[in-house]
Amino acid sequence: MNWMRFKWIYFLLSASILVPGIYSLARWGLRPSIDFSGGTLLEYKLSQETQKNKIEEVVKKIPQIELYSLQQTAQKTYLFRFAPLNKDKAEEIKNQIEKELNLSVEEIRFETVGPTLGKELLRKTIIAIFLAAGAIVAYVSWRFKDKKFGVCAILAMFHDTFVLLGSFSLLGHFFGVEVDTLFVTAVLTVLSFSIHDTVVVYDRIRESQKLFPNTPFPQIVNKAITETIVRSLNNSLTIIFMLTTLLFLGGATIRWFIAALLIGTISGTYSSTFTAAPLLVVWDKIVKRKQ
Amino acid sequence: MKPQRVFWLITILSLLAGLIDLPAKTRIKFAKFDQEISRPKLDLRIGKFRFYRDLEIKQGIDLAGGVHLVFQADMSKIAPADKDSAAQAAKNNIERRVNLFGITEPVVQTSKLGEEYRLIVELAGISDINQAIDLIGQTAQLDFRELPAGATAAASFADFKKTDLDGRDLSRSRVRFDKNTGKPVVSLEFSSEGAKKFSEITGRNVGKPVAIFLDEWPLTTPLVKEQITTGEAVISGEFSLEEAKRLSVQLNAGALPVPIKIIEQRNIGATLGVESIQKSIQAGLIGLLMVILFMIGYYGYLGFLADVGLIVYGLFSFALYKLIPVTLTLPGIAGFILSIGMAVDSNILIFERMREEIRAGKPKQLAMELGFGRAWDSIRDANVCTLITCFVLFNPLNWTFLNTSGMIRGFALTLGLGVLLSLFTGIVVTRTILRVLTRKEKE
Repeated sequence: MNWMRFKWIYFLLSASILVPGIYSLARWGLRPSIDFSGGTLLEYKLSQETQKNKIEEVVKKIPQIELYSLQQTAQKTYLFRFAPLNKDKAEEIKNQIEKELNLSVEEIRFETVGPTLGKELLRKTIIAIFLAAGAIVAYVSWRFKDKKFGVCAILAMFHDTFVLLGSFSLLGHFFGVEVDTLFVTAVLTVLSFSIHDTVVVYDRIRESQKLFPNTPFPQIVNKAITETIVRSLNNSLTIIFMLTTLLFLGGATIRWFIAALLIGTISGTYSSTFTAAPLLVVWDKIVKRKQ
Repeated sequence: MKPQRVFWLITILSLLAGLIDLPAKTRIKFAKFDQEISRPKLDLRIGKFRFYRDLEIKQGIDLAGGVHLVFQADMSKIAPADKDSAAQAAKNNIERRVNLFGITEPVVQTSKLGEEYRLIVELAGISDINQAIDLIGQTAQLDFRELPAGATAAASFADFKKTDLDGRDLSRSRVRFDKNTGKPVVSLEFSSEGAKKFSEITGRNVGKPVAIFLDEWPLTTPLVKEQITTGEAVISGEFSLEEAKRLSVQLNAGALPVPIKIIEQRNIGATLGVESIQKSIQAGLIGLLMVILFMIGYYGYLGFLADVGLIVYGLFSFALYKLIPVTLTLPGIAGFILSIGMAVDSNILIFERMREEIRAGKPKQLAMELGFGRAWDSIRDANVCTLITCFVLFNPLNWTFLNTSGMIRGFALTLGLGVLLSLFTGIVVTRTILRVLTRKEKE
């Protein structure tokens, strides 16, 4: 099958996902959780269902606190976001709610993060991504004896990263989804999955190149894709099964983490066949034209 | 080795892993048979070396509930050369206090970032964060005490009275070795003010004990041999090197007191953890079942074998988590799930290759061996790339420009272990089973 005939369609499809995502990233960025921005997260379970604005009223009366948001996460369970608070203040909030609304409060979660820690985590993660990317380019280029494989694999990896970052930027802007340290882990997982999947396709290209040295490169790529696409889909399906069940049945704390993994897996599967392979063909064409 | 032997070896290893995987107590109820069996703990001794594991899964605080605290150490008053010992002393100090709480396996880590020192404390299973912070946040109080005149030999620690000499007068403590005996001793160096006070105290107490208390707790009661005026003293005794080091670190907690300030605190209620772990395990099992059915549905007999490999993989991973031991966190579980995907992938790659060879008209057994051989290149390269990422994320060399956060490390560890194990189950286990079975067919 001549997959490469449609390579510009694949790039166009990628672009249709990437462009809005990158636009959103540039315009609105990501919505940082307290892991990055610093702040306090407080989750209470009240003894009875209460209207949100009633709780808000009580909390806003307490001096020296800044309530960013209040949302109901489950039955009788409320999540507060504040500028960084200490534990005494949190205790005061709890007492006030108990007293004024005449109910009992159970604290489920209390998290406070200073603002410097988040920036540090972000910086270190970016360093880690580039370090890992560099090492992978080196390894792949060495194994495949050609730097175009290494570079194109990493380009496909950044494709998946930006699909994921872009989607979460859009989700953040329209649905208030936040990125936290778990999201960072998800990005890293997607990176490794993306490379893993791409290498399998590249391996076929390498093998066919050895077996049929005189066949034109695009034809070799076509053959490799025909041979690997079933495996690629099957493998991704198993991961997608796992993730989908986790998404719908797993705990609420990991829901967006799993969603991030799911988006990344789908993008990673697509990109190894429809981004990484066509990129090689384009690269090959440009090099041959120059010669 | 003959496939037959490898097969039995794998079977034995799997049974062992299965035994390790059992919960501490299992109740078996079967018709009239009703008995509780308890899994033994692992306790190996070879000479001085002891390997002990209670074989329980360690849960991170995001699963078990607990408190995560990060303190920033204020090192502004500590000389640059002493900063590392001061951090060590502060860490030790926190550990000691946390142990008073009776918390099982507290985690206390120091982390250095540029010029900043931080202390990370994780306490599983407690919810009273205030009490914890109050207790941990205090700086250590070291003081020297003497017996009042007229005390008898029967005097107890309670009889010692405070002197005016305390931790502020001590500049540092080190482990040294006695020039004559070669045994480890603990040295004390006083400030000039401290030297004067110490000289007076030792002058008053020649032949009598002087006690050093840390946070109202007696550390040591050396006997004064003579008046010491130089401001440098040595505590000798029958210390092992370990004991000398411990005492020196404890003295430094008073000598190099580091005020600490809390910069991050997280209190995770146990209910949240229990809920998310139960749901995630349930979901994981359903997902696994779907993968197993899918493999059988698509690859038939081969898929079934791959599923056997997958179950062996699960048994081994779980046993390894208990043996190492790995602290499981939510990201850790994610790493495990991803590695299941990669374990299945090895098998899918191999089977697709085998199918191709069979389609090309090769006999079954040859196709099988060729399939494994051809798939190996891509399995190796793909997994090496994942391992590279795991290495960078786990940061085993503790590079300060990379992450040292427990969460990301937990993820990298389970994913890395999973990749290595999946290479084993994907290549060795499935292949051996296939070989043994095809051989039987021929016979």
